[in-house]
Amino acid sequence: MEEDNLKKDKLIIAKKKFDSRLIVGTGKYKSMSECAKAIKFSGAEIVTVAVRRVNISNKNKPLLMDYIDPKKITYLPNTAGCFNSKDALRTLRLAREIGGWKLVKLEVLGDKTNLFPDMIETLKTTEVLAREGFRVMVYCNDDPLMAKRLENSGADAIMPLAAPIGSGLGILNKINIQIIRKQTKLPVIIDAGLGQASDATVAMELGCDGVLVNTAIAKAKKPFEMALAFKNAVVAGRQSYNSGRIGKTLMGNPSSPIEGII
Amino acid sequence: MKKIKIKVNGKVKTVLNNSKLSDLLKNLNIPIKKVAIELNQEIIDKKRTSNIKLKKNDKIEIVHFIGGG
Repeated sequence: MEEDNLKKDKLIIAKKKFDSRLIVGTGKYKSMSECAKAIKFSGAEIVTVAVRRVNISNKNKPLLMDYIDPKKITYLPNTAGCFNSKDALRTLRLAREIGGWKLVKLEVLGDKTNLFPDMIETLKTTEVLAREGFRVMVYCNDDPLMAKRLENSGADAIMPLAAPIGSGLGILNKINIQIIRKQTKLPVIIDAGLGQASDATVAMELGCDGVLVNTAIAKAKKPFEMALAFKNAVVAGRQSYNSGRIGKTLMGNPSSPIEGII
Repeated sequence: MKKIKIKVNGKVKTVLNNSKLSDLLKNLNIPIKKVAIELNQEIIDKKRTSNIKLKKNDKIEIVHFIGGG
């Protein structure tokens, strides 16, 4: 019974099932081959990608799709760098056109210094995207009220930040993340701000359904080893959460029986 | 044939008036299956690029996926 549950424990986003609960970003790597190798080590089945202009002056520039096969790995197009609804919609409509992608990650930023999301624009955009048939995973603040509004607007996954993008600070507001997890039926994926593998374990132990990591892997001194560390950390955190932790006490409680002491 | 100026990904290009969008994409060596194309802010159906004739001041955007978080 316990073993069966271990096998069945899949991440479900927009009715699609995934074995890995680690989503990785493909930015900030030294090269595309380094990125592709790190993804392999991470075991991720979903990777985020950005939509940008083709370099028309260098016709032989390698393409991401030549390194990461979209038939094997789910591409999650993002709206990184968009600061309003109009740009985000334009970006994701183009992304869908590239190859029929409907599962997308929406992020509308409002603050160039901290890269915090503009939740008013984000909410508006989520509504439009859901109406157009997109399956939207939404980057958001760790605000339970806004998370609820996103759910009511048709989001497919809630992606609250742990801390500012690329900051490596880890989860700053565990209570809010737990409240967000508790109040929604949607998958909750911690997105942005993780610094080390144990941060991912904490996220999973809080009950989150997955984590999204980019900088912490790409900018580690050894990205492949860090990718593997995050893979293991997510698995460990999920198993720990599923196992039902013991209660906390302020007293010691011996692990060996008192009876029979010589 | 009259030559016209258009913009492709923000760069000025000179092409023949009424030349086809499909020819421009071929000349630029664009892997059609891996991109999306906008003409004057409207997304173009990639199957219909040979039906589209380029006009003066047309603005074309060709985008693809790159690494991102």
